[in-house]
Amino acid sequence: MKSTSSTVILVCSTSYALHIEKTLKDSGIPCTLIPVPRHLSSDCGVCVRIASHCKAKTIKMLETTKIPFEGIFDLIQ
Amino acid sequence: MVNFINFVGANPGRSGHRRAVAAGRIVYDTRRAVAELVGADDPLRIIFTYNVTHALNLCLHGLLAPGDHVITSSMEHNSVMRPLRMLEKKGVKLSIVRCANNGSLEPSAVEALIGTGTKLVVLNHASNVTGTLLPIKAVGAICRKHNLLFLVDTAQTAGCYPIAMQSDCIDLLAFTGHKALHGPMGTGGLVIGGRVDEKSLNPLLQGGTGSNSQYEEQPDFLPDALEAGTVNAVGLAGLAAGINWINDIGLETIRSHEEHLTKLLIEGLTGIGGVTVYGDHCAADRTATVSFTIEHIPVSEIGLKLDEEFGILCRVGLHCAPMAHKTLETFPHGTVRFGFSSFNTEDEVEKAIAAVKELSAGVL
Repeated sequence: MKSTSSTVILVCSTSYALHIEKTLKDSGIPCTLIPVPRHLSSDCGVCVRIASHCKAKTIKMLETTKIPFEGIFDLIQ
Repeated sequence: MVNFINFVGANPGRSGHRRAVAAGRIVYDTRRAVAELVGADDPLRIIFTYNVTHALNLCLHGLLAPGDHVITSSMEHNSVMRPLRMLEKKGVKLSIVRCANNGSLEPSAVEALIGTGTKLVVLNHASNVTGTLLPIKAVGAICRKHNLLFLVDTAQTAGCYPIAMQSDCIDLLAFTGHKALHGPMGTGGLVIGGRVDEKSLNPLLQGGTGSNSQYEEQPDFLPDALEAGTVNAVGLAGLAAGINWINDIGLETIRSHEEHLTKLLIEGLTGIGGVTVYGDHCAADRTATVSFTIEHIPVSEIGLKLDEEFGILCRVGLHCAPMAHKTLETFPHGTVRFGFSSFNTEDEVEKAIAAVKELSAGVL
């Protein structure tokens, strides 16, 4: 049975991924940078992975700080 | 830098593996360090370049088009003057505020030159010849009043004199890493303030950014829009280390020490017969850069003797700033320039004064 356990935030460049990583960690939201899953984008850089239960808090934080991102996707494992 | 070379070595932003991310993090942390030092809001609006000349060219060539009017001062380095002269040939209108013969600038003289087509004012924060600080806060306020952009060349001040982009009303700030920021050569950048529409800046270079790789056109977001090609990540690691060192020591402590040495030097030099010190003599109004001449001795000879006989290293001549020397009335021969850093000592200043005294006594 498939279940959702993590969520990734796609961004336009590694600089933005690092910027989001710093901002999330400062807000107490754990995250890691991982290579962009190929089924989500042909980009060769990184995206930000968070636990799915932090998704709502993360979206709110991104909206507040106005850091641009390209999309948020749940990873099915 | 050693850590980067030995244990990272990857290209920042060009892949997703751990070393590429580590390299990206080093570059990102350097952006944050620069942003914090100059009071910039957004670290991603910092464009890394190879020096301040590169950053100034990026800004001037990227922003100005034929028909635009730009105002600068007569105390500028050729890193500003040469691109402006090139742009002038292409139809950009250039006005140069004549500074006083001590290098000082009256803000109202800038305002008097503002016209309907004026787009930009560009000034150095401090002269590389005399160390004279220009009144950037007052000029910045004038630029805001007339809705102009304000570019400041901080080659002589970043790292040794307080800079606050917001309260100084600076829209674009060019810096170099290898001077008072204590980074290596090959580092510098342009900080782009929030009032500047990044789409109004044309890139000097187009190319790979590691982002939007599916497109053959340059990305339109910062920093990638203006930062094509691999950055000097190992150098930027050194720049971050330099800024961290400044933060550890404290900018005010550095400034206080340099001001003290400058005061000692100026007092010592002005007491020697035949020696002329250029610029305002008040150490509080200048950086730790002091230009002087000795009557009847060519500056090149002074420089050679200081090196060979006293082990004192200095720069003589025009310092890549011919119009500044015309302003100071020292063109075409130039001056002898001493420049201090936070590592210099009172003892070294006293030895420098004694050496100049000895050289001067030899011809009197």
